[in-house]
Amino acid sequence: MRLAVCVKEVPEASARTRIDPGTLRLDRGGAATLNPFDAHALEEALRIKERTGEGEVVAVMMAPLPAADSLRKALAIGADRAVHVADDALAGSDLVATARTLAKAVEREEPDLILLGQQGGDSDGAVLWSALADLLRLPVVSQAASLELAEGKVAVKRQTEYGYDLIEAPLPCIVAVSDAINEPRYPSLKGIMGAKKKPHETLNAADLGLGADEIGEAGSRTEVYALADPPSRGDSVRIEGDGAAAEKVVEYLTERKLI
Amino acid sequence: MPTLVYLEDHEGELVKGSLGVLTKAAQLGGDVAVVVCGSGVQGLAAQAGRYGAARVYVADDPALVAPLPQPRVDVLEALVRERGFDTVLFGASVLATDVAAGLAARLPAGLNWDLVDLEVRDGKLVGRRPALQDSVYADVGWKGEPRLALVRSGTFEPVEGGGEAEVEELAVETQDFSRQAVMLERAHAESEGPSIEDADVIVAGGRGLGSPDKFGLLEELAQALGGAVAATRAVVDAGWYPYATQVGQTGKTVSPKLYFACGISGAIQHKVGMQASGTIVAINKDPNAPIFEYADVGVVGDLHQIVPKLTELVRERRT
Repeated sequence: MRLAVCVKEVPEASARTRIDPGTLRLDRGGAATLNPFDAHALEEALRIKERTGEGEVVAVMMAPLPAADSLRKALAIGADRAVHVADDALAGSDLVATARTLAKAVEREEPDLILLGQQGGDSDGAVLWSALADLLRLPVVSQAASLELAEGKVAVKRQTEYGYDLIEAPLPCIVAVSDAINEPRYPSLKGIMGAKKKPHETLNAADLGLGADEIGEAGSRTEVYALADPPSRGDSVRIEGDGAAAEKVVEYLTERKLI
Repeated sequence: MPTLVYLEDHEGELVKGSLGVLTKAAQLGGDVAVVVCGSGVQGLAAQAGRYGAARVYVADDPALVAPLPQPRVDVLEALVRERGFDTVLFGASVLATDVAAGLAARLPAGLNWDLVDLEVRDGKLVGRRPALQDSVYADVGWKGEPRLALVRSGTFEPVEGGGEAEVEELAVETQDFSRQAVMLERAHAESEGPSIEDADVIVAGGRGLGSPDKFGLLEELAQALGGAVAATRAVVDAGWYPYATQVGQTGKTVSPKLYFACGISGAIQHKVGMQASGTIVAINKDPNAPIFEYADVGVVGDLHQIVPKLTELVRERRT
C-alpha cells in the first residue's frame, strides 16, 4: 500500500498573521508549523500502514524552502519519505496552479491512496482535493468522518448537511478527512532524531515538467485587488483567569438584560 | 455576462443557499441560467424560474442520482464550453464545493471561494472574501474567463419574483473516472433530538470539553437558562452528541439571542453556523482560539470550572 499525504505549512496559531499590503499575499515570514488539519490525514495514513502491516507513507508539500522544517515534522511524526516542491516561480499560485503542481508531484509516487486534511489552517481553503482528483482523473471523497479499506476499495463515511453518507470508491483514489477522524500523535524524541535520516527530496517546477505559464501568478486565474477591514462586531470584552470569570460573565449578561 | 448558477436539490426541493445565489445573480443582471442535476428533477425547473432564472438546464441521468460531485463536473464542463458561460456561481455546500473545485481544474478556470458578497464594479465582477479568520476582507477577482465563485452558505436570501423559465434537457455524458465513487447508503434526515433552531439561548460544546460525559455540564447550564445544547462537528463525528444538534457548515445555522461556545476553537465551519447570534460568549483555555476574534465576551479559562459556576449563579438569580 502506497500512501501519499498532501501537507502544507501554515502560520503558528499564536503568530500574528498579516497579508503583505504590497503583494496582497499572506506574509509567510512569521513562525510556521505543519497545518494541524493535515496532521489528521497523516495520522490516518500511518494507521492504515500499521493496520495492514506494510506500505509506505510519503508526505508531499508545495512550499518555499524554509518550510522544510514543517515537512521534517511530518517525518518525525512517522512519514517514511518527504517530497518538497519548492520554487520561487510557484509564488502566487491559485487553486488550479497549486493543484497542477501537487498533481505532478503526487503522480510520481503512484500512490494507492492520497489523503488530504479538511482545510488549510491559514486560507480556510477546502477545495484542493477535488481539483487534484480532476487533474489526476481519480475518484474523490471528501468530509470523511471515517474510512475503511478492503479488497482494493475504500469505504468512506462522509458527513454532509443532511447526516452521514456511505461512499465507496476503488483504489487509487483521493480522500479528504475531517479533523474528527482521529487524534493525531505527536512526534516522539526517537521520531525527531530519526527524521533527519529519512529521505527528503526537494524538487523544482522543471523537475516536475511544469511550464512557467502553468504555475505561480502566470498560471493563476484569480487575483486580489484590495484589502479592507471587516464589519465591526462592536467592542468585545476579554476576561482572563478562572477566579471571578463566571461572575463577570453574569454581570455582563445581566446589564444587557440577556439573562 | 452570461451567468450559470448551479442549483442543488435535496429530497425534491431546491436548496435555499443555491437559490439565494440565483437571486443575487439575477440582481447583478445579464442572462442568468441555472442547471439542475439529478434524476426526476424536471419538476424543480419551474421553481427555479420563480427565483429569476431565464433558462433552466436539466441534466437527468442515473449517474446523477447520488449527490456526488464528479459526474456533475462533466455536466457543467460541457455546458460552459458549449454555451459559452463566462461566469458560474455556486452556493457553498459539501457537494457544491467539490463540484466547483473539480470544474475549476477541468476548464481550467479561476475559482474564488468563501465569498460573502458579489458586485459588478466598472463592468467587472468583484467578490468579497474574508481572510485570516475573517479579520480582513479581500476584494478578489478573476483574470479572464470563465469565472467561478463559491458563495459562503447563508450569505444571500432567496427572493421570489421571476417569471417563467425556458427549460432545456441536456444530453448527459459522464467520464469513466467520474462514476467510480458510488453511494452505498445515503444520509437520511435525523429528526430525533432537540430542536436548536428555535432556541433563544444555546450552550454549545466542542472538543475542549474533553469527554462526552462533560456535556452534562452544558445541559445543566442550558436548563438553568431555558436554552438548548448544541455541538460542533468534531464532537458529533466522534459520537459524543447527536448530529441533530450540530451547528456549522454541515449542520444547523442558528441565530439565538445568546450563544455560549464552550471548548470550541471556532474554525470557519462552525462560525458560519452561528455568527448571526446576538451575543456570543466564548470560554476556551487557548487564548489564541479563533473564536475570540468574534466573541462579544471572551473568557480565557477552564470551562470545567467556569460553566458549573455560571450555572450556579444563573440559578441563584432565578430563585
